[in-house]
Amino acid sequence: MNNLIKGEKHDWEMVIGLEIHAQVKSNSKLFSSSSTKFGSSPNSQVSLVDAAMPGMLPVINKYCVEQAVKTGVGLNAKINNYSVFDRKNYFYADLPQGYQISQYKYPIVGEGKVTIDFKDGTSKDIRIVRLHLEQDAGKSLHDQNPSKTYVDLNRSGVALMEIVSEPDIRTPDEAGMYISKIRSILMYLDTCDGNMQEGSLRADVNISVRKPGDEYGTRCEIKNLNSIKFIKQAINYEAKRQIEILESGGSIEQNTMLFNTSTGKTRPMRNKEEAHDYRYFPDPDLLPLEISKEEIGKIKSSIPELPDELKNKFIETFKLSNYDASVLTAEKQTSDYFNETINSDPELKNHAKIVVNWITSELFSLLNKNNQDLNNSPVSPEKLGQLIKLISTNEISGKIAKDVLEDMFSSGKTARQIVDEKGLQQVTDQDEIAKVIDEVIAENPKMVEQYLAGKDKLLGFFVGQAMKLTKGKANPKMLNDILKQKLNKKN
Amino acid sequence: MKIDKNTINKIARLSRIKLDDKESEDYINDLNSILDWVEQLNEVNTENVEPLSNISSSILPKREDVSNDSNSIEEILENAPDKLEGFFAVPKVVE
Repeated sequence: MNNLIKGEKHDWEMVIGLEIHAQVKSNSKLFSSSSTKFGSSPNSQVSLVDAAMPGMLPVINKYCVEQAVKTGVGLNAKINNYSVFDRKNYFYADLPQGYQISQYKYPIVGEGKVTIDFKDGTSKDIRIVRLHLEQDAGKSLHDQNPSKTYVDLNRSGVALMEIVSEPDIRTPDEAGMYISKIRSILMYLDTCDGNMQEGSLRADVNISVRKPGDEYGTRCEIKNLNSIKFIKQAINYEAKRQIEILESGGSIEQNTMLFNTSTGKTRPMRNKEEAHDYRYFPDPDLLPLEISKEEIGKIKSSIPELPDELKNKFIETFKLSNYDASVLTAEKQTSDYFNETINSDPELKNHAKIVVNWITSELFSLLNKNNQDLNNSPVSPEKLGQLIKLISTNEISGKIAKDVLEDMFSSGKTARQIVDEKGLQQVTDQDEIAKVIDEVIAENPKMVEQYLAGKDKLLGFFVGQAMKLTKGKANPKMLNDILKQKLNKKN
Repeated sequence: MKIDKNTINKIARLSRIKLDDKESEDYINDLNSILDWVEQLNEVNTENVEPLSNISSSILPKREDVSNDSNSIEEILENAPDKLEGFFAVPKVVE
């Protein structure tokens, strides 16, 4: 595969690493009992600890620790029995403590890896350096008042997992696939809700360029990207910028950049003259975090099936293609829906491919059209299963089933109810179909002549006419067979 | 380790504290005497001794994941020099 980008003078290779910040799914914050609910009125979920009132002490949330360990296991990573919380010191209006409690030298999770799969069937491992637990900061709003910045501390102290990758990524697409894969794993584990719009998952991108085979170049860090689209755009823009500088004889200055989502450009943050000096040191308010082998074992045994395992299981059990299986397992809600549908009737296991198609094309397009989500689909897995059963037993045709599904979607009725009420059962009575065909033939003598003279395409016309008369209910195969038989007899 | 003029200026800037020349001089002396005092610990041989993180050998206490919303917005904002529409209002920070 050629991952190089053409420059004026020669080809260049991108070297990319991601720092993903994933908000831990929990009821309360990392070191206080305030709620983590999104979208509440400003400063309504702030305790005296979160506001850093003097004398307040942090007490760690046990569940957040378990969530981090769970995530570490899902990333095939080493879980550290001993980790330490440090203070990362800096001044900012939305950081009341004047430091962020984070982990520096001794993170809770060490080296791991995730695998990304390409369309052509190949795959690649992206190595994880570490995962550590830290506090989120508050939120600054700059556009609410012409002369003031507003600060909301609701997010202050919410638990984050920072997942750091090695610089193993080489293209914007790989970066997108990597973050999608991490998101998928987090959502299967239920350790993060994966909602990028609400900022539950965001990434800092480190990027440099080099001539293939050279040492790594000087990198720049693009801060706080909250969509896969923006990540790709920012990487493309930044790589081009760096190549232009290097090719015109300049050198890259290590910088922290911001990405402007409306212009698609990166620019350096302003206060760069003050190189960061975070003065990390162990937080004297918190003892080291120790987790026993037994506790880790207990968490490991509670881990659900992850997307890769599930994909392989689907391929093996239901003889699905790699593509179908990866579409089904990319999102947990999709694989859950598939599982529930196929388990709703023992017969359906023999029609797995049909089940996949009805979920990923018919149902998905209806949901899209109505701006709805699979989670609150008006058609339950069980009801979809009943519809597919009617198709697989030849009771209705696939074409009619599409109309039935639309009806189910809007009316909430079952497929059986709709088919009975509207009399949509397939006509499988030989004599009845033959009668209709006789009618069609009798009414169109000229067409019959032309057909017999060799205009084979007209077969479709006769099928169409007969279908119209049966309101689309004739079994298509029987209709075809009888029609051919009858026409050929005329010869 | 010795604290000099450059170091004291850097520490002051990082702490957002403004020092005049007299104060800088005083702090250089104070901090150096503290460091000298602590230096004495180097006289002890600590080879093969595990770093001590905890003198009580107690373990990190943990909470259950229960949220209790005190909704103490008024208390939280009470000491703020400036507040507007339920927010802390601070001088405009760009970026």
